[in-house]
Amino acid sequence: MSKRNPLYDFKWCPGCGDFGVKVAIEQALAQRTAERGDSIEKTVIVAGIGCSGNLVHLQEGPQPFGIHGIHGRTLPVAYGIKSGRPDLNVLVVSGDGDFLSIGAEHIGPQARRNLDVTVVVMDNGIYGLTKGQASPTTNVDVVTSTTRYGKLDEKMNPYLFFLGAGVGYLNSQMSSRVKDLAAAIKAAMDYPGFSIVHVQSPCTTYNDTYALLKGDEKQGIEPLAFPIPDSHDAGDLIAAVNLVRTNRIPIGQIYRREGESVPGHERLARAKVNAGVGQASVEELLTGMLITA
Amino acid sequence: MSKNLVVRFAGEGGQGVVGGAELMAQAAAQGGYHVLTFSTFPSQIKGGPAWGQARISSEPILTPGDYLDVLVCQNQYAYDTNLPDLREGGLVVYNSEEFEIADNSRAIGIAADRMAREAGNPLASTIIMIGAVAQAAGVSVSALEAFIEKRWTRGRASDAAIIQGNINALRMGVEEAKKAGLALEDLEPAPSHDIPRVMIRGFEASALGAMAGGVESFIGYPISPATTMLVYMEQNLTGAEKFVGQASSEIEAIASLVGAGYSGRKVMTSTAGPGLSLMGEGLGLAWMAEIPLVIVDVQRGGPATGLPTKTEQSDFIMAMNPGHGDMSVPVIAPGTTEEAFWASIAALNWAERYQGPVILLSEAAIAERAQDIPMPDLSKVKVESRTVSGGAMQNRRYAGDSVSPFPVPGGPGAYVANGSEHDEQGDTTHLPDIHVTMTNRRFRKLEVLSDGTFEAENTGSDIVVLPWGGSKGSARAAWEQLQAEGVNVGWYYTMFLNPLPPTLLAELKTKKKVLVPELNYMGQLAGHLRSLGVNAEAITQYTGLPFKVSDLKAEISRRVQGQ
Repeated sequence: MSKRNPLYDFKWCPGCGDFGVKVAIEQALAQRTAERGDSIEKTVIVAGIGCSGNLVHLQEGPQPFGIHGIHGRTLPVAYGIKSGRPDLNVLVVSGDGDFLSIGAEHIGPQARRNLDVTVVVMDNGIYGLTKGQASPTTNVDVVTSTTRYGKLDEKMNPYLFFLGAGVGYLNSQMSSRVKDLAAAIKAAMDYPGFSIVHVQSPCTTYNDTYALLKGDEKQGIEPLAFPIPDSHDAGDLIAAVNLVRTNRIPIGQIYRREGESVPGHERLARAKVNAGVGQASVEELLTGMLITA
Repeated sequence: MSKNLVVRFAGEGGQGVVGGAELMAQAAAQGGYHVLTFSTFPSQIKGGPAWGQARISSEPILTPGDYLDVLVCQNQYAYDTNLPDLREGGLVVYNSEEFEIADNSRAIGIAADRMAREAGNPLASTIIMIGAVAQAAGVSVSALEAFIEKRWTRGRASDAAIIQGNINALRMGVEEAKKAGLALEDLEPAPSHDIPRVMIRGFEASALGAMAGGVESFIGYPISPATTMLVYMEQNLTGAEKFVGQASSEIEAIASLVGAGYSGRKVMTSTAGPGLSLMGEGLGLAWMAEIPLVIVDVQRGGPATGLPTKTEQSDFIMAMNPGHGDMSVPVIAPGTTEEAFWASIAALNWAERYQGPVILLSEAAIAERAQDIPMPDLSKVKVESRTVSGGAMQNRRYAGDSVSPFPVPGGPGAYVANGSEHDEQGDTTHLPDIHVTMTNRRFRKLEVLSDGTFEAENTGSDIVVLPWGGSKGSARAAWEQLQAEGVNVGWYYTMFLNPLPPTLLAELKTKKKVLVPELNYMGQLAGHLRSLGVNAEAITQYTGLPFKVSDLKAEISRRVQGQ
């Protein structure tokens, strides 16, 4: 909405990875609505707090609904929307601070519910909006404003964390490869269940990892990111775990649970049908409490 | 003949003392009496001192009763600790296998467990005790038998044997009381009723009110004493469009309610103080982004884990200001079982009308009581729903200085519901004039909630009583007694605590003294009233138990004379 809205006063830094994610989401949503003949208003973007969450205000073109709430609570908000309105397409946009630190407690419950939403995590390995503090995905020993003597905690491996939590669909991408990213987000939205697209989206101001990710032959830097080989069986959880047991960043489809994935709301609907429950009226319930003396 | 019978069953958790009081109340209600129960127990599954109390009366009841006519006790500790509440001339019925009372002039010892075992019905020891109480207090035994027959007719082959076993147990107790030769004055016969009545528990009244008010999604996290409402909803809020879920925490619960309310659903949760504390930030989001939702806070003793199973009224300040920043959350606090039903409807209507969060302040003593009340007249239920945006305002969600049409996802009017300060379409802005305009708008919306009703009697008096929530019953009984004795004190009461009905507030400001009985240390409502310019004085108690009418009457009297 920013182009139409002069009052909106947030800007990403030049070169921020989140620009690429924004374009990829626009493309994925355009493709999805065109394919399904849906209106864009059937999509809700749930945004976390941090640089990444501001994406919801920056979407260009046809406008989806959005909700930009409080720090760390994107998944519960999405759960509320999806549980009452399974007809809506819900997309969560969040960062490593919002999603993996303050919001990490919500990943397990939603994975176990197989909440039918897609999460796009913009991982820049730093708290950018608060100007450069260590996040769960900041490397150990790195000096930041809150780790003057080097970061004491080990870096979190988000992929291993997601797989352990029971996430059914996991894809890893880079913000600079917009076309691949758009395709991954689109596929994740089509997946019936909880899906995460984890994106390396560097912060050019506080943690510029572009060179590290892509490598630099001249400087003798091996690329941190590597394409997932075609031989990888994404349907095999053990293979997926072995793939991500590394400090390097695999790019591509890490895991896709084989067999039927039943989203939580469908499981509930089926259980209700099986139990044959209808809505008892208040009058009927009160009548059951009548004193008959 | 006496008009009232107050019976307390005391012992350990798991010995059926709460169940005993409830069974007695149920039976008496089915026999036509008015009843009200109160129970208190520790926060553990089994063991620890517990008691349940039933008041049975030929007249409508305001409180569970100050003093006991009969104390039923399972052990020495229960006897020692509850004896001070037995009225002069009251009777004790006790488990003689556990302990002995030397002076049996007002006590009936029964080896109920052994008798029940020997009769081949080990679960019936409580019923034996009830039989003795009924005989001693002149409660119709045939009415109890009729209740037993009804209660255990469940369409099973074993029904007849169980009913006969329980009736035999009841008669054993009757015989024991006869043998002891001790009796109270007979209870007046049950009154006749010309309107249908229901036997209902407080949390059921809250839940059924919410269902009558159109609640669609209920997402909660288990916490005493609010779990009963979540469980009731799980069982009864069913059907295609309805959703009940157990969240992983209160933080998840409130954020998911915001999501569900935002998506167009009417939503509610139940919690207690610790849960409400965790919900503070999420409630701020609902206030800021203008999302309708209702939280039922069943108050218990605080702070921190406090007294999880005891009653208190100490969350008023937090309910009004549950989070940081400028906000004033509407608060409705029912004072009776009947009001609990109507308060849920009012809370949902308020939330929908002003588009924001509403807190329904219940308390342990209201949620857990069982009472007979007239069947709520459903033809009087008026359900309000938010005005849905038809797209005329395009992406402008927050235009104007009061409530604006609500865009529902899937329909027209896409915007961003934003917890940061925002402009008309929900995009973040930090401009000073926008924060002023939007803050004013959020507070001005409260003006649509000025329709709260209130009670006012003897309003000519300079000194008035204004109880809130569950203290209404004790305060009303005390006030009626003072009136009868010619003490000049006025009566005001409302369940609409924030915003207060404007006329009520104006009248209170003219009073020399407004006495506010409340179950907390700080005098929370009284303090709030003083900030509004009312000369309010709290009468406090923080024992985890409700006010006794006699204590409150003495204190009001003292304050009136001390003018």
